Amino acid sequence: MMNLKNTVAAPAPKKNFSWNNPATRAIVYQVLAVALVGGVGWYMVHNTLHNLSVRNITTGFDFLTREAGFAIGEGLITFTPADTYQRAITVGVLNTLRVALCGILFATILGTIIGIARLSKNWLVRTVASVYVEVMRNIPLLLQLFFWYVIIIETMPGPRKAFHPLAGVFISNRGIQIPSVHGEGLTWLLVGLLLAVLLSLTLRVWARRRQDQTGKIFALGRSTLVLLLVTPALAWWLSGTQMSLDVPELKGFNFAGGLTLSPEFAALLFGLVIYTSAFIAEVVRSGIQSVDRGQWEAAGALGIKNSLVLRLVVLPQALRVIIPPMTSQYLNITKNSSLAVAIGYPDLVSVINTTLNQTGQAIEGILMIMAAYLTVSLSISFFMNWYNKRIALVER
Amino acid sequence: MKFLKLAALGAALLAASTVAQAGTTFESVKKKGFVQCGTNTGLAGFSAPDSKGVWSGLDIDMCKAFAATMFGDPTKFKVTPLTAQQRFTALQSGEVDVLVRNTTQTMTRDTSLGLIGVAVNFYDSQGIMVRKDSGIKSAKELNGATVCVQPGTTTELNLADWFRANKLSFKPVVIEKLDEVVGAFVSGRCDAYTTDKSGLASSRASQEKPDLYVILPENFSKEPLGPLVRQGDEQWLNVIRWSFNAMVEAEEYGVTQANLEEMLKSTNPNIQRILGVTPGMGKNLGVDEKWGYNIIKAVGNYGESFERNIGKNTPLMLERGLNQQWTKGGIMYAWPIR
Repeated sequence: MMNLKNTVAAPAPKKNFSWNNPATRAIVYQVLAVALVGGVGWYMVHNTLHNLSVRNITTGFDFLTREAGFAIGEGLITFTPADTYQRAITVGVLNTLRVALCGILFATILGTIIGIARLSKNWLVRTVASVYVEVMRNIPLLLQLFFWYVIIIETMPGPRKAFHPLAGVFISNRGIQIPSVHGEGLTWLLVGLLLAVLLSLTLRVWARRRQDQTGKIFALGRSTLVLLLVTPALAWWLSGTQMSLDVPELKGFNFAGGLTLSPEFAALLFGLVIYTSAFIAEVVRSGIQSVDRGQWEAAGALGIKNSLVLRLVVLPQALRVIIPPMTSQYLNITKNSSLAVAIGYPDLVSVINTTLNQTGQAIEGILMIMAAYLTVSLSISFFMNWYNKRIALVER
Repeated sequence: MKFLKLAALGAALLAASTVAQAGTTFESVKKKGFVQCGTNTGLAGFSAPDSKGVWSGLDIDMCKAFAATMFGDPTKFKVTPLTAQQRFTALQSGEVDVLVRNTTQTMTRDTSLGLIGVAVNFYDSQGIMVRKDSGIKSAKELNGATVCVQPGTTTELNLADWFRANKLSFKPVVIEKLDEVVGAFVSGRCDAYTTDKSGLASSRASQEKPDLYVILPENFSKEPLGPLVRQGDEQWLNVIRWSFNAMVEAEEYGVTQANLEEMLKSTNPNIQRILGVTPGMGKNLGVDEKWGYNIIKAVGNYGESFERNIGKNTPLMLERGLNQQWTKGGIMYAWPIR
């Protein structure tokens, strides 16, 4: 029998810091690399600051509280030339977010439709979709933006001769004017809408549970639609508050009142959506084609309709392949919106460019642009990565 | 071991490089052999290329004058076309030696950009242009109008200030490139286009039917246009300032390209100093004594340059107005070369 008490432990490895030890070498290299990068970084910052002060160029962010002095064509918040540079930059950021979010929404919808159309059994549909993708992908975005902008301002009539298809709707080269709603009733309407969304989400959970237990399918789509239409109207009617319509009228040079969709925003949105939807179509198509042919056949063997197969069986699996490249396309839309400066849409880059030109502080301006885009892009990819993890296949 | 050697070499190089001593602009231009001028991208009459790519205009003439002063040869210059947004960064960073780009001299530009205004080669004011068939006769009728303007300019600020002061409102359409902002106005996107009156005249003249457009009488602001250089470069500043003064003084004393050779024999001491017959001025500036003679031989005096580029016989049809000599009712008043 082995006498375990008398066994001797293996000798501990000698901790020597000689050059022959790969661990030591690794530490030394890492320290050197960090020192090099840190040194280069410090040198660049120090050199820049030194050069700026030698040339008497002012530095610092004090200019943000100074009066801007210039006007901005459109924005989600009011802005007058008497407001600060800080407010101007906020308007620019909101404008960029507005066009980026609308662009992402419409490009996804259009791209998905075209991607699925490319796989259609109908020859005409398939060919039109293919031609669209090839053409729109290969023309530079800036040219497409110019094209849309020129089409809108050259072919549309002036405000005095605007198209007037419906009461309160005008289409001219100053944009599309539609009547807007405002008043206390609007708040109640929005509250009702929020309530409808929450109710439909709970309904969805309940319907899923009922289907698991009893197998009965609940008409979720139709009931959600009814909820979304009825609840806001009910909320408004019950609150008894007023809502009024602000109808645009031609006053002097322009239309006053109502909501305006400016030609710059429209051109930028069209250009971005049409260009990016071509890329998104290819991403969606590759995602759908990545799902094994066997899935289609198995679903067909179970007797599920073709349209339901796509929605219930194939698309959930295809999403895993689609989401990562889709993230890149969303980031592309956000960054490509900076081309707005070429067609006169007052986005973030355009406003900060004007600011840095008026104050002469180019470095602070460029740093702000980089920080803004980095924040927006990181938020988008953070959200998409979270969604990706949520739907990822959990391997056994 | 190899990596360590590489890293050590890199660190040594980094330590050895110090903040680069730029030297003065005068010395670097002398060494280069040409003057790098920052100009407009294409403003007819001031700095624009023709169909063969040859640049001409009032500002280009100034550039030729600087080259003539420094090297005796008016062809020794290179043009960097700059948009309104790039112009100051280009000068600040050293990409160009002098900015002759119909730029307004303002206090902010003198004090916070590290640049300095040298002279005024065109006294202008900001105006606004509308279509003739709109029937507008005064800028005060433009309440609620859409106005096309270029970004990053004093034009943008003055427009906002003027409308604010007169309690009127407007909507700006801000487009960077000159051709496109004029195109937006011509296509009807904007009701009006605003910039310096010289720029308005230039853009109006470039249209197919200039008579469709009218420049309104109001003066929104003073726009003293002229060259800028970097601060701390006094010798170079002197070259710019006195080259310009030579052109204006030459006109004052009647020296033209045509009578240049005769004027060399003039007994007028002022003319003798300008043309270098009396030595000393060139030496003080650090250039050849015939600097004044070279300038007039290359581009003529200020009046000749004006008439050739933007005068009554050109498509711009600008009157001398404020830019006439002080002896004839204008405010062009050269500092004496003595």
